[in-house]
Amino acid sequence: MSVTAAPRPQSAKKVGGYIGLVVLILAAMVALGPLLWTVTTSLRTPAEAFQNPPQWLPLKPDFSNYSAVFKQLPIARFFVNSVIVTGLIVVGQTITCTLSGYAFALIRFPGKNAIFGAFLATMMVPLQTIIIPVFIIIRTLGLSDTLLSLVIPALGSAFGTFLMRQYFMQMPKELGEAARVDGASQFQVFSKVYARMAAPAIATLAILNFSGFWAEFYRPLIFLQSQSNFTLPLGLVGLKGNLGTGSISVVLAGVVLAMVPSVLLFIFAQRYFIEGITAGSSR
Amino acid sequence: MSVSQAQPVVTAMPPHKVLTQSRERRREARFGLGMIALSVILVAVFTAGPILASFVLSFFSWDVISSPKFVGINNYKRVVSDSSVLHSLAVTLGLGIAIVVLQIVFGLILAVLVNQRRGNTSRVFFRTAFYLPLLASSAAVSIFMGYLFDAKFGVINYYLGLIGISNVPWLTTPIGAMVTVVLVAVWQQTGFTFVLFVAALMSVPTDVLEAAQIDGAGPFRTLLRIKIPLISPTILFAAVVAMINSMQLFDQPYIMTAGGPGNATTTMPIVMYRAGFQNLQFGFGSAIAILLLAVILAITGLQFLAARKLVFYQ
Repeated sequence: MSVTAAPRPQSAKKVGGYIGLVVLILAAMVALGPLLWTVTTSLRTPAEAFQNPPQWLPLKPDFSNYSAVFKQLPIARFFVNSVIVTGLIVVGQTITCTLSGYAFALIRFPGKNAIFGAFLATMMVPLQTIIIPVFIIIRTLGLSDTLLSLVIPALGSAFGTFLMRQYFMQMPKELGEAARVDGASQFQVFSKVYARMAAPAIATLAILNFSGFWAEFYRPLIFLQSQSNFTLPLGLVGLKGNLGTGSISVVLAGVVLAMVPSVLLFIFAQRYFIEGITAGSSR
Repeated sequence: MSVSQAQPVVTAMPPHKVLTQSRERRREARFGLGMIALSVILVAVFTAGPILASFVLSFFSWDVISSPKFVGINNYKRVVSDSSVLHSLAVTLGLGIAIVVLQIVFGLILAVLVNQRRGNTSRVFFRTAFYLPLLASSAAVSIFMGYLFDAKFGVINYYLGLIGISNVPWLTTPIGAMVTVVLVAVWQQTGFTFVLFVAALMSVPTDVLEAAQIDGAGPFRTLLRIKIPLISPTILFAAVVAMINSMQLFDQPYIMTAGGPGNATTTMPIVMYRAGFQNLQFGFGSAIAILLLAVILAITGLQFLAARKLVFYQ
């Protein structure tokens, strides 16, 4: 049986392998092409921007668009705003979700399952369903058109709590019991033993939050009015609207600048990005 | 409280030990409640509370300036008779289903092909290439894709022109705009399903695959009969998450087409945004938001029902 089957898989496998490689290369060109075009066009003079066929490699890169984007727009301001909003949310959620995730995983207290169940139930709710009441709360607190209006509602997270809980659940309970016998307080058991072991999960949560809130457009569009408070995505969309198609190179320079932090972070912490995506699927 | 209920079990112990143990339990409970306090308050105020508030608001008429007026189910009557809302529901479902199906098919094909590659360098290269679009914000993607899909000057129509397809009206016709929004969303989000499927395929046990090979199953049969059934729970997860995300599609149509031409790409989130934040009809906006939630819950329920027959749990 295996004798007759042998010749076919050998040659078929080779041909199949080549077809597979061709498909992968084409897909990679589709995935990378628009990004490459964006970068190269940002390095060309506005006059050459819509030149077809596009020059995929700028032979003499022109960085004037990058200084133009700083002159025509408070892009440094947008950048700082994005750093403040994203930074505060990342730090805040790291604290709140690590604390609550730990308690839901390893501490016994009354009402635990009911409260955790309520957390899970909120995870499927779209942002659109809560945005009007949140907007009203923001107005009532006098935070309309401030960076804090984006930060405060995002400091807690049911998903983040869930993610941290899953990680703490895998940890042995005996470690904490041993530390307790040695005289450590409840909080010390958490801070000195378990929180340190949870560093990879904390990194995953921080990176998921960074990439999510750095890219956020919907809430800033609704909560912010003055240009000086805009975050990068909102500011860039405004830039596109103001400049028209005349200087797309300048707009694209702004787009590239906005992407730099995410790409840098991805280069150094690739595995946490991947873990962030796959962590949720192992429910 | 449940803390004291567990006590009778340990009555065999000496009394002083029982006492310290129950005190210890109470201390642990206090500690646990303290640890979750911040998260509970924040989620209650900014997520759970607003869900209920939206529901309540949907029975009122309110423009923020004057005081809210109770109108019963009038907002819902308006939602189900308003052609723009119903049209947006159809648009959201149509675009959403197209995006999710394509995202899963492409993600699966690419994951299978990458998993077959032997070399570590090529695996890392392709994984990075397919992940990179996820790193850009959808606002940034909508900006540069708007230029690329430009009917007159865009790079895409230039290359299509070379193979004899000229002047495709991507963003200027209803069908073209819908196709463009779907393509852009799929381009950006396929990396998500791809990463999920690569991880799932790696966990398929090799002895099962070897057994299939010995039995004479070709690579295609192995994929259909063994790999896909084994990773079907991950496919379900990807379908559920991708569908919940796609039903909230806002950035791409809002930035690239402003919901047009006409209302071809006006999704429910766009209609809700206009009602709530441009026309300041908070009650009507809330009713649309509640309808969106109901639709998402219904679709997720349907997906799990379908999964009973299709998903293979080990």
